[in-house]
Amino acid sequence: MMFIPGNKPGMMADACIYGPDSIMLDLEDSVTLAEKDAARLLVYHALRSVDFGGVEMVVRINPLNTPYGKKDVEAVVKGGVDVIRMPKTETADEVRELEAEVLKVETELGCPGRTKLMAAIESALGVVNAFDIAKASPRMMGIALGAEDYTANLKTSRTAEGTELQLARQTIVVAARAAGIACFDTVFSNLEDMEGFRREVELVKALGFDGKSIINPRQIEIVNEVFTPSAKDIEKALLVIAAIREARSKGSGVISVNGKMVDRPVVIRAERTIALAVASGILDREEAL
Amino acid sequence: MELKEAMAGTLESGDIVIRIAPGDGLHIDLQSPVEARFGRQIRAVIAETLEELGICDACVSATDKGALDCTIRARVTAAAVRASGKDIWKD
Repeated sequence: MMFIPGNKPGMMADACIYGPDSIMLDLEDSVTLAEKDAARLLVYHALRSVDFGGVEMVVRINPLNTPYGKKDVEAVVKGGVDVIRMPKTETADEVRELEAEVLKVETELGCPGRTKLMAAIESALGVVNAFDIAKASPRMMGIALGAEDYTANLKTSRTAEGTELQLARQTIVVAARAAGIACFDTVFSNLEDMEGFRREVELVKALGFDGKSIINPRQIEIVNEVFTPSAKDIEKALLVIAAIREARSKGSGVISVNGKMVDRPVVIRAERTIALAVASGILDREEAL
Repeated sequence: MELKEAMAGTLESGDIVIRIAPGDGLHIDLQSPVEARFGRQIRAVIAETLEELGICDACVSATDKGALDCTIRARVTAAAVRASGKDIWKD
C-alpha cells in the first residue's frame, strides 16, 4: 500500500506505473490545514478521471470529529474510492459512525454497500480495542498499525529493532485473523536504510501481516521479494494441493507427500502459498487450479 | 456571484496555479509550456469548470506546469470556492 500525499497531483498521476498493490491517497497528516479543501478536490477529481490501471484505491480521510472528515467522506465516495482508511481509530463506535456517513452518501448515489473500510490503529486504546474495531462492520477489509502516533502515545520512540511495537503488531495480526480480515504493517520512513527496511519487512511477514505500508516506490521491490513465495515453496504447495485432490477423489481423508503425512494446517498453508504466488504474478491462475 | 481574490495550486510539475479575481465577463490569462498545443483545451477546461460553478464574470490567471485536465478542474474549483466562499460539499 503506497502512500501518496493528496496535494501532489504529479505524484498521483504516476503512482500506478510502479506496480503497487494499492495506492493510498492521503488527506490527513501529509496535508496542511490550509490545503485540506484543495487536496480533497484533487483526490476527488483524480479518483474520477485518472487511470490507475485497476490498482486498488484507498484514501486516508481526516477524523470525523474534525471539520474535514465528513466532507472527505462525501468527496471520496462520490469519487468512487474502493477503500476508506480511517485514521487514529480507537473504538468500534468510530467505525460504525464512519459506516453510517458512507452509507448516507452511497444511498444518495444509489450504490449502498460499495465502499470498503479499513482502520489505522495508532494508540494504546486502539490496540486494546483492536478486535472490536476489526469486527465493527462487515465493510471492514483490514486494520493497520500507525507506528509514529502509537509510539508517541506510548511515551517512547521507534527503534531499529521495533521492540516497542511488538505487542501492537502481534495484537493487530491476531485481531485481524480472528475477525477474518487483512492486516498491514506501518511505514518505514528511512529511505537511506534499505537493509533495515528489508529486515522489518521480513519480521512483519513472519508475524503474519498481509502487507506493508510504503512511502516510496523504491520500497516496492523489497516488499514483493519478501512476500513472494520461493519456487521451492510453490512446488511443495502444488504437490500438497494435488495430493489432497487425489485423496478426496478416492474418498480418503488422509494423505502423504514424499512419505510425510499432510494434515489440515499444511493444506491451509499450501493454499495461501498458491494464492500469494498467483497474486505476485509468478504462477498462472490456470496452473494453480 | 460575488467574488474576492483567491488562488489555488502550486508551481510543482504536474500542477497549475489558478488565481481568480472579480471581473466583467470571463478573461483567462494562461502561461503554459504546452500553450501552443494544449492552450485551447486548458482554457476550455477552466471556462467549463467555472460555468458549472455558476461563475461567468472573473479574471483568471493560470500558470500551468503540465497539469492533467482533472488537476485543472480541481484547482479551478478550489480557487473558485475560496473566492466565492461557497463550498461544493455538504457540512
